Amino acid sequence: MLSFELKGKFGSAMGSLASVMRFLRSCFMEHVKVSSLLRFKSNEASEKKKVVKATDSDRKDDHDGVLSSDGKVTEKVEKGRQNKRERSRACKCINSCCWLIGCMCTTSWLLLVFLAYIIHASMPAVQLPEFPGARMKREGVVANHPVVLVPGIITGGLELWEGKPCAAPLFRKRLWGGWGSGCTNIFRSPLCWTEHLSLDYETGLDPPGIRVRPVPGLIAADYFAPGYFVWAVLIENLAQIGYEDRNMYMAAYDWRLSFQNTEVRDRSLSRLKAQIEIMYATNGDKKVVVLPHSMGAVYFLHFLKWVEAPAPMGGGGGPGWCAKHIKAVVNIGPTYLGVPKAFSTLLSAEGKDISIIRAMASGLLESELFGLQTVEHVMRVSRTWDSIISLLPKGGEAVWGNLDWSPEEGYECGLEKKRHFQADSRENNSKSSEENSSLQVNHPKKYGRVISFGQEASQVHSSKLPTFSKDFMHTSISTNLNASHGKFRTEFDEMSHESFDKIVEKKVYTTTDLVDLLRYVAPKMMRRAEAHYSHGIAENLEDPKYNHHKYWSNPLETKLPDAPDMEIYCLYGVGLPTERSYVYKMSPSSDKRKGIPFRIDNSVDGSDDCLKAGIYFVDGDETVPVLSSGFMCAKGWKGKTRFNPSGSATYIREYRHKPPASLFEGRGLESSGHVDIMGNLAMIEDVLRVAAGATGPEMGGDQIHSDLLKMCDRVNVPL
Amino acid sequence: MSLIRRKNVPESSEAEIVDAEDDKKSKVPERKNRQWSCLDTCCWMVGCICVVWWLLLFSYNAMPASFPQFVTEAITGPLPDPPGVKVLKEGLKVKHPVVFVPGIVTAGLELWEGKDCTDGLFRKRLWGGTFGEVYKRPLCWMEHMILDNETGLDPPGVRVRPVTGLVAADYFAPGYFVWAVLIGNLARLGYEEKNMYMASYDWRLSFQNTEVRDQTLSRIKSNIELMVATSGGKKAVIIPHSMGVLYFLHFMKWVEAPAPMGGGGGPNWCAKHLKAVMNIGGPFLGVPKSVPGLFSAEVRDIAIIRAVAPGILDKDLFRFHMMLQHVMKVTRTWDSTMSMIPKGGDTIWGGLDWSPEEGYSPGKRDQNNNGTETPDNSEDENLISDAKHAHYGRIISFGKEAAIAAAAELKRIDFRDAVKGRNVANSSCRDVWTEYHDMGFGGINAVAEYKVYTADEILELLQFVAPKMMARGSAHFSYGIAENLDDPKYDHYKYWSNPLETKLPNAPDMEIFTLYGVGIPTERAYVYGLTNSAECAIPFQIDTSAHCADSCLAGGVYTVDGDETVPTLSAGYMCAKGWRGKTRFNPSGIKTYVREYDHAPPATLLEGRGTQSGAHVDIMGNFALIEDVLRVAAGATGEELGGDQIYSDILKWADRIKLDL
Repeated sequence: MLSFELKGKFGSAMGSLASVMRFLRSCFMEHVKVSSLLRFKSNEASEKKKVVKATDSDRKDDHDGVLSSDGKVTEKVEKGRQNKRERSRACKCINSCCWLIGCMCTTSWLLLVFLAYIIHASMPAVQLPEFPGARMKREGVVANHPVVLVPGIITGGLELWEGKPCAAPLFRKRLWGGWGSGCTNIFRSPLCWTEHLSLDYETGLDPPGIRVRPVPGLIAADYFAPGYFVWAVLIENLAQIGYEDRNMYMAAYDWRLSFQNTEVRDRSLSRLKAQIEIMYATNGDKKVVVLPHSMGAVYFLHFLKWVEAPAPMGGGGGPGWCAKHIKAVVNIGPTYLGVPKAFSTLLSAEGKDISIIRAMASGLLESELFGLQTVEHVMRVSRTWDSIISLLPKGGEAVWGNLDWSPEEGYECGLEKKRHFQADSRENNSKSSEENSSLQVNHPKKYGRVISFGQEASQVHSSKLPTFSKDFMHTSISTNLNASHGKFRTEFDEMSHESFDKIVEKKVYTTTDLVDLLRYVAPKMMRRAEAHYSHGIAENLEDPKYNHHKYWSNPLETKLPDAPDMEIYCLYGVGLPTERSYVYKMSPSSDKRKGIPFRIDNSVDGSDDCLKAGIYFVDGDETVPVLSSGFMCAKGWKGKTRFNPSGSATYIREYRHKPPASLFEGRGLESSGHVDIMGNLAMIEDVLRVAAGATGPEMGGDQIHSDLLKMCDRVNVPL
Repeated sequence: MSLIRRKNVPESSEAEIVDAEDDKKSKVPERKNRQWSCLDTCCWMVGCICVVWWLLLFSYNAMPASFPQFVTEAITGPLPDPPGVKVLKEGLKVKHPVVFVPGIVTAGLELWEGKDCTDGLFRKRLWGGTFGEVYKRPLCWMEHMILDNETGLDPPGVRVRPVTGLVAADYFAPGYFVWAVLIGNLARLGYEEKNMYMASYDWRLSFQNTEVRDQTLSRIKSNIELMVATSGGKKAVIIPHSMGVLYFLHFMKWVEAPAPMGGGGGPNWCAKHLKAVMNIGGPFLGVPKSVPGLFSAEVRDIAIIRAVAPGILDKDLFRFHMMLQHVMKVTRTWDSTMSMIPKGGDTIWGGLDWSPEEGYSPGKRDQNNNGTETPDNSEDENLISDAKHAHYGRIISFGKEAAIAAAAELKRIDFRDAVKGRNVANSSCRDVWTEYHDMGFGGINAVAEYKVYTADEILELLQFVAPKMMARGSAHFSYGIAENLDDPKYDHYKYWSNPLETKLPNAPDMEIFTLYGVGIPTERAYVYGLTNSAECAIPFQIDTSAHCADSCLAGGVYTVDGDETVPTLSAGYMCAKGWRGKTRFNPSGIKTYVREYDHAPPATLLEGRGTQSGAHVDIMGNFALIEDVLRVAAGATGEELGGDQIYSDILKWADRIKLDL
């Protein structure tokens, strides 16, 4: 509020800066006069008038002296008075403004100092639990294996190396992440900013004349924004047991690019390989522990294949490279089988957060506030990022369910909350579980229908759905070029109304259908991206086509490297509602031409917690469903399977979410949100133990809270 | 107030406004008025300041980005293109990968583990950046910057590590660039992280210890290999600055030496991976400045402070008492400072009555350059004749007489066997203990009695006054001249950073450039005096009262030509003579080039530190130097640059040095 007022004031004041300065100066004089006047107050009343009049004429003199050097006093009395009155009013106004601001500033400063003092004094009372690093150091745990951190999507910083003139002063400043000095630029010229962050629509590489590169080093992703840690807590704990730059490496890469393109453009994979080799060599031939987070897990899977593949396409490390250099891959919140969120991002550039904003302030995003079409811009930019395609759900209907079936069916959303209550009030277990099971029968959610148009379509039995062939997706699109949106064009603008209607008529889409749908609505993007990613399940892994790099990041289409001693951990949070499928609707017809024809129907709410604002939720870490992060470790790679021919050991460590107990804990010490889990003390302890040399069985093997195993059994993938 | 006034205005006519004000004043109680005059004035002031500040901030933020440039151009006329743009227009672009090797002091250090007093400083910079901690908790800061006196490594419980990446040394402090300008210009050619590497290392450690503790040399090797491999086999261009020059000299020997002590890269590693080494301001033969740094923790800057305001440094100012002693205590634990002690002894730096620079007169060249004034001939001759008396070879003299006197007249009493006498150390000095407290008055007097020290004797002097430090340092550095370079003892790493005791690697296609500024007076020799103040103080200090008629001796310091830190002789000799052609130090005949840049101070304040500066650090923003570097990085050879470019008398001086080549 205050800042708004001030800004208004600034706007008006800017134009007349000079005059304000003059006013201030004269005001100061006036002020001095007034204060000097006050001294006469105690004088006798009879003398008062005289004296004041004398000083008054003095003052006039003064004014004339200041403003006009050659003024004659007697002539200008009248004028001077009038002038003075106006001026004194303006002065009073400015004076009181200044006084007000000064008062507010001083009081707020005083308050701040006071508060800081109080908090400081009362801090010892709110003792935070000790970091695991410090405790373990006392127990004698020391740095052993070198550690490689692989950040995920979005959290890594990007900086500018070459740009258009509008971004000239931002050379080597962060455009993404950090949000320090680059931040002001975003607000000053958002279009310039989006222009630099988007990639070329055809090639998926830099647009001409722009080079935006990942920030290297630990600073790349320690804090995403000031105060919002990503890796910082983990790094600090690792440092407490003896890690430093020489045995800790942040494999920063440009998370907008497809994985193979990070090598083509930046040599990121080669650098990662060289760094692992040098850390292995300089730390007494100790194997490396890799800690990928989120999309980093898929990126590192790609790396594992790349490094052993022969030279032109791969890194030429030879077949034993992973076995020789890697002790363990400790995935934190891995997105192995993708996230359903990616569909909604690509189709309508909205996730839960945006649809909630839309529900609360429905006009905000649509209105051309700030002359922007925010959502359209987000969509236009994010569609140039190949990496988002890597997050599309993999494995199709066999993993994610079809019209009638899904692995998560029977998941009870209220359950998590109830479990919390149980823990608190120590209720009788058997009783509540009976309750749960009785609730469970009511609505078997059809999570397999990732996108349905209308709530009804998401719930009815499959036989009642209109039978509709997918043929329309293979017909060519009737073009509907609209010149008015030439600048902010998305591929939707090239489609006609009829095709939108057809899309809506089909009502229900499973993951497989959705990939087809994306190919239909955004053919260029999918053509570009599908040269780099594949989302299927391999029939026969020996097929030579699987040597192509586009399969390397899909765990269902690659074999793990031949490294029987390597361990794979899946560490992730559970107990948070996670987006799984969506109820869509057409955009209001007036907006149709503005780029995005569909949106989440946020008016749809279910009877329980599972369906809220048009989104069906399942268990997960708020971003990645349990199925995606856990399936490979729990089943796909467990033991010797065709995806894991050498039988690398896999372990699952789940962490149940507990919201922060008090404000002092910040984002929580036992949180399991997708990013907040990086500050989860239990997880940090596990990571430190592995880094210090512990093996999976020493850590206690699997630790499963969710219904993951049950879900996995329902998934029908030949192993 | 305004309310009251409004009430009064209607009933009073224009003429009576004063009365109205009077009434109001009489109504308001006295105390309130006094409050307005004091507290409210304060508030009003604060408000004014805030508003003005916000306005300025707002207008600064609203200002178009090109505004400062616009103003500069309006005042000074159009600026020349930055070299990056100029070279890009010629069609040059990114070719060879580039490695930067920062020098001493300029690179950042950050905290990885510390004592309790460093709460909240984890991974924050202790060195470089804003230096906020120095003011907040100086003793704590000191405790973390110091190294272990015995081992020269971390003290227990403290881990301070170099910052990695280009941010390590792009800016030393906010706004004070080191490498940033060069990086910016390279980026215009298309350079980015993948083909630029900052070989940051902990500049406090001895060179071999950076490998022992941090494996820095191994990392540099691996990164050079990686960059050469990923840029299609193009060899790397190395750009060391200041002490980085010595560090990289050490690296070139290390990388080809066999594995336990060296990097095991094999005899052709340098030939395979390096295109050129472009040394900027390299103290190949050391800098005389390091001697007073070690001897009495003072250089010209501090000596000047002492002259201007005597007492400031000796007082307990800022509760940070005995600052110099603290500085000395810390810097003496840094092995790296010993890498810059003058090398080559009397042969290079001159004896009692000769020195290679003798006859140098700083005023002369300046006047030649300016050509505006024609001074009296007699005065000019005076200058020259005075300068002939300057005995630069006497790096330390006690008293001005000793500095000027002819060699035969000097009466010197040998200090080497002097009994150090009664120990002056007492309990009050314990927290700033330096090795001087092991020396008695006898030792101190003996040092002063010897009167004059040349480069060779300086080493003995340091050994006498700081035996422990020199014992630690001499395990890592050597300052002599090799008789026979094939002697197997020269395989030891302590010789690797001394160009006079190593052979260059066998890489005939490699080129070595030395780029440095000239035209700035640079410290060369000192006049010392004894102090007789407090017991805990350092017993010697530069005699700031020593002045000469000529400008060579000012404030107790003799200056010669150089870049303000490194004398021309040290920066240029090896490339001008020692390595020129096939010599015993350069058996494979690596081509060497000398590129000097004449110093021109910035024309206006807007230029900041100048685009033609020749000063030791400011030269990193010298457009001519940057252009040379860019051309080499884009593939040019030394011949294509135009070969040597010499302004100073370096060739004449090099000829005076009698060294077997």
